[in-house]
Parts: sequence; C-alpha cells; structure tokens
Amino acid sequence: MTVITKTEYLIIGNSVGGIGAAEAIRGADKEGLITIVSDEPYSVYSRPLISDYLANPGTIEKMLYRKPDFYQENSIQTVLGERVLKIDSEKHTVTLSCGQEIHWRKLLLATGGAPIIPSTPGVDLAGVFTFNKLDDAKAIDGFLKDRNQVKAVVIGGGLIGVSVTEALVKRGVYVTVLEMKDRILNTILDEEASAMEARTLEQNGVGIITGHTAARISSHVRGEVSGVTLDDGRTLDCEMVVIAIGVRPRLELAKEAGIITNRGIVVDRFMMTSAPDIYACGDAAEAYDFVLGEDRPTPVWPNAYEGGRVAGLNMAGVPTEYRGGTALNALKYFGINIVSAGMVASPDAGTEMLTFKRNGIYRKAVIKNGKLSGFIFAGDIGKSGILYNLMKDGIDVTDFKERLVADDFGLASLPEAIWRERLPAPAAGSVIISGAPEKPEEAFIGD
Amino acid sequence: MKKVYLKESACIACKLCEVYCRLQRSSSGDLVKAFKKESPRPLPGVRVDEFGALSLSVRCQHCEDAPCVRACLTGALSRDPLTGIVTVDEERCIGCGTCILVCPLGVPQLDNTRKKMVKCDLCQGEEIPACVANCPNEALVYAETNDIQLEQAVLK
Repeated sequence: MTVITKTEYLIIGNSVGGIGAAEAIRGADKEGLITIVSDEPYSVYSRPLISDYLANPGTIEKMLYRKPDFYQENSIQTVLGERVLKIDSEKHTVTLSCGQEIHWRKLLLATGGAPIIPSTPGVDLAGVFTFNKLDDAKAIDGFLKDRNQVKAVVIGGGLIGVSVTEALVKRGVYVTVLEMKDRILNTILDEEASAMEARTLEQNGVGIITGHTAARISSHVRGEVSGVTLDDGRTLDCEMVVIAIGVRPRLELAKEAGIITNRGIVVDRFMMTSAPDIYACGDAAEAYDFVLGEDRPTPVWPNAYEGGRVAGLNMAGVPTEYRGGTALNALKYFGINIVSAGMVASPDAGTEMLTFKRNGIYRKAVIKNGKLSGFIFAGDIGKSGILYNLMKDGIDVTDFKERLVADDFGLASLPEAIWRERLPAPAAGSVIISGAPEKPEEAFIGD
Repeated sequence: MKKVYLKESACIACKLCEVYCRLQRSSSGDLVKAFKKESPRPLPGVRVDEFGALSLSVRCQHCEDAPCVRACLTGALSRDPLTGIVTVDEERCIGCGTCILVCPLGVPQLDNTRKKMVKCDLCQGEEIPACVANCPNEALVYAETNDIQLEQAVLK
C-alpha cells in the first residue's frame, strides 16, 4: 500500500456525505487525488440497512452503497480503520492515529453523528448497546447468538429505536420501547401517524411505554444487564438494552481546529465552514433547511448526499449553492409505508391542516402562509414526491390546497403552468415517433 | 437519448398505456392472465392522472441528475452514463419509498407484494415503448431529447 502524504482533496468520513462529495469532485476534476479517511474499516455501506443486517445477518456485500470497484473506478485512495486525530487548518494538514500526516488542498468534514449516551446509572454494563453503525449491529448479533428468549428494552422511540426494534422482533426478541415523550416517532410524525406505527408495533408484540424515562439499568449478575428501572419505580426485566435517544454531530475535530460550531458544524450555502478550504456536510453539519428558512441539522441520508455533492463541487472549483434540505423520511416498519417531510410533528401557530383518511390511508398537508410546510402520506405513499417538490420550490398552493390530499390527487390536479413545467416537451427539431404508424389520419384533438 | 413525451391535448384518458405497460411487464405475455392470474401481479410503470377534462399520462423522465438516484438509500438506483436510462437494481432495492418522496412527478410505485420499486424502463429491447406503440390517439411520442450529461459522457 502506498502511503499518502499529500492529496488534493481529503474527505474525513466514508459514508453517504463523503461519497456524494467524492462523486461530485470526480465529475468535475478527473485528475486531482481524492483521499477518504474513515475510522470504520468497511467500504461504503448503506447505514439504513444495519436494521436488515441485524434481522438477517449476511455479508456486507449485500449492504454496499456503491459497487465494489467504486474506489478504483473513481481513482479514490482510502485510508480505512484509521482515525484523524487533529486538523491543522493553517498548515492544511491532518494527523492520523498512526502518526502519519497528510497534506491537503481542500478538506471535507463528513464525520457524521454519534449516539447520545445518557448518564443513566448502568449504561456501561455488558448488554447495553447503541445502534448507529454496522459494528453496533454486529455487536448485538454477537450477543443474541447464544441466547434464547431474550428480552430487550429500547430506550428511545425515534427512528433508530423503532428500526432496532423491528430487527430485534424479527430475531425473536421480546422488545419494550421506552419513550420519554407521549408518543413514538414524535419528531417526524403527527399524532395520527404515530398511532398507526404504535398499533403496528403492538400488533407485532412490542410493548410501548410512553411518558417515562429510565432511572437506572440494573444488574444482578456482576457487569450484566438484568433490567431497567423507570422513573416511577417500575422495573422491566431484560437481558439487553439499546440506547436510542438520539444522535449528536461529531464536532470534536472541528472544534479543536477552531472551526465555528453550533449544534452542528456551521456552514454557508456553499457548505464551507468558517475555515477557508474546509467544508462540512451530512449529520455533522447544520445546513440550510428550506422549510424553516434557517440552518439546522437534518440528519437524513438524502440530505447528506446532497450536501456532500454541493461541497464536492465547490471544493473542485465549481461554485454551487446548496438549495437546502428538510426533514425527510420514508418508513416501512413491519410492512406499513409512511413518508413524512418538513414540519409535521408539531406545527406552529398559524398553520392550516388538511387531512384525508379512509381505508387505512392517511394523508396530511400542513400549509403555512400559503405554502406547504410539511406533509405525511401513510398507507399509500404514491405521488408524495409531487408534494415534496411543491414544498421545495416554495410554490403557493392556496388555490388548490384541498386537492393535495384528495383521493384522486395527481399531476393533473396542479395548475397548468406547474404541471407543464414538470412534464418536459421534446427537444426542438427532434424526430417524433408515435405509435400506430399505419394510420394515416391526424390525432383527434376535439373541441 | 429518446424519451416518451405527451401531447396532452390528444390524451383521451383511455389508460391503454397502463394496460399495455402492465402487459409488457407480465411474465405470461397474456393480457387476461397479466391482470387476473399472475402472482405477483405486474404493476405498470406509467399512470394516468385526471382532473376534470384534463388527463396526463405520466412516467419516469429519466432525469439528468435524477433526484431519485441521488436520494436512494441503498444505491439501488442508477442512471446509465451512456443510455441515460434510470434503472433500479431489485437486488438492492428495499422498497423504502424514498425515491417516491423526492420524484417531482411522484412516478416510482411500490410493488407491495414484492416490496420493490417499479417504474418505466423505456421498454428495453423494444424499438418503441409499449405505451407509445399502443396509444390509440398518438398522444404519446417517442422523441430525442437534449441531454448534457449524455453528451459529456459521449465526449469522454
């Protein structure tokens, strides 16, 4: 292996943000050396698939986000299983855990997020896990291998909590989800859709306790989990606990390098940090949210790719503005499809709600100042992208808002100017081929 | 590349595009079996949206810089750099619906039986896509498009 001491582009992080950047850089600059450093030892894999992995452990090949020859095809050097200890923004260098120094011209911080670990007594016991990356899934798999009839408490009823719950149920584990707020998935769903998910979980044997927290994780056998005691004194017997109360941006490197951080690494609309030549994206950064109109972390996979891509283009000298992202989630727990986007969980005052509910199908559109600020499609998620793009484009929907949740909603429900813009016309002067060429007559247009 | 375009003034909402697309995707190649017998029942990669007198036959536009490809959680979606066709690798598709959520036309569909995403592939192997070939009023046309990404790929 060649030791890299100097690179044009250095990317810290080998997940979707880093890959989005690498692909964009390679599209704009065929020559410049791209180097990706990651503390994970794997080729880029799809993190959302760690739930599928835990449910049905297989090979990492099934989880790869890009083809195995991706790095070679794009002339990307990788330094995997190695931590970056320090960034020197003046000297344009990083120092790796092995002591090696790499000089870079442009740097991207795609360092992602790390699980938040509460100070609850007992979190350091064996049998307490997090669920954020492949190694977490492997650790839980290893724990379950020689055990039967396992009971688990999942602390936190958000996306990660419900994802690990589904996987554990598929492994035959009895799961209780403990959620501090009054309902699960409360940051991305409204009450109705939350209740649909809760019912589905319960139908699959999952216990849900809301409005309570874990006071401590107890241990009868030294070092091992035996139960969780709630804030009201109740005790849940279990052999394992998964901490899933949230993820916080990994900011240490940026902070130590003197880069401005808030909740995440602060970036401008070009994904550049306060330090020249250093960019950030993904779960580590707080980037523009087009619904909120301000910067905030929106730690979802597609936004990380978009932000990474924009960062990469700018790093390669193609000035590109980030259009922004927003909360965006597609759920399929236990076979129920739900999508949600924007601000739907707890809309502010002055918003209008339009809903539709029939035969297991639920739709909600949230309108603020004439524009969509969020929506949920549950049971049938078809055509939801039309709403997402109306919201993204900031289109005033006042005149047709009722149609957005209607049973027969579709592209034709939009004003002509809008559907025409979305349905492109053929290039001028192109050869037109249509069907039924044997028919001589003109198409019938009518009145 | 060629794409399917709609002359909406000629669209009569007959939905034969949906019917023939489903037939094209069926394993039996028999219209009645495709609708009544086949399991899993093939889904069409085209849909007709109606509102009042307006009807629009809508399918994947195989976008340059396709939002679905960029958003795909698993990398199952990709756009062929030479043909421009956006395809889904069913081995890697988990049927999550993220592509449906970001598509400006909302055209990907979930096959609930197979838990896979389904959409137009421009009838690979056919000279003219089935929807175009069977449109009774020539509302659908198969025509060349300007595509900067493809032009660049050819120049490489």
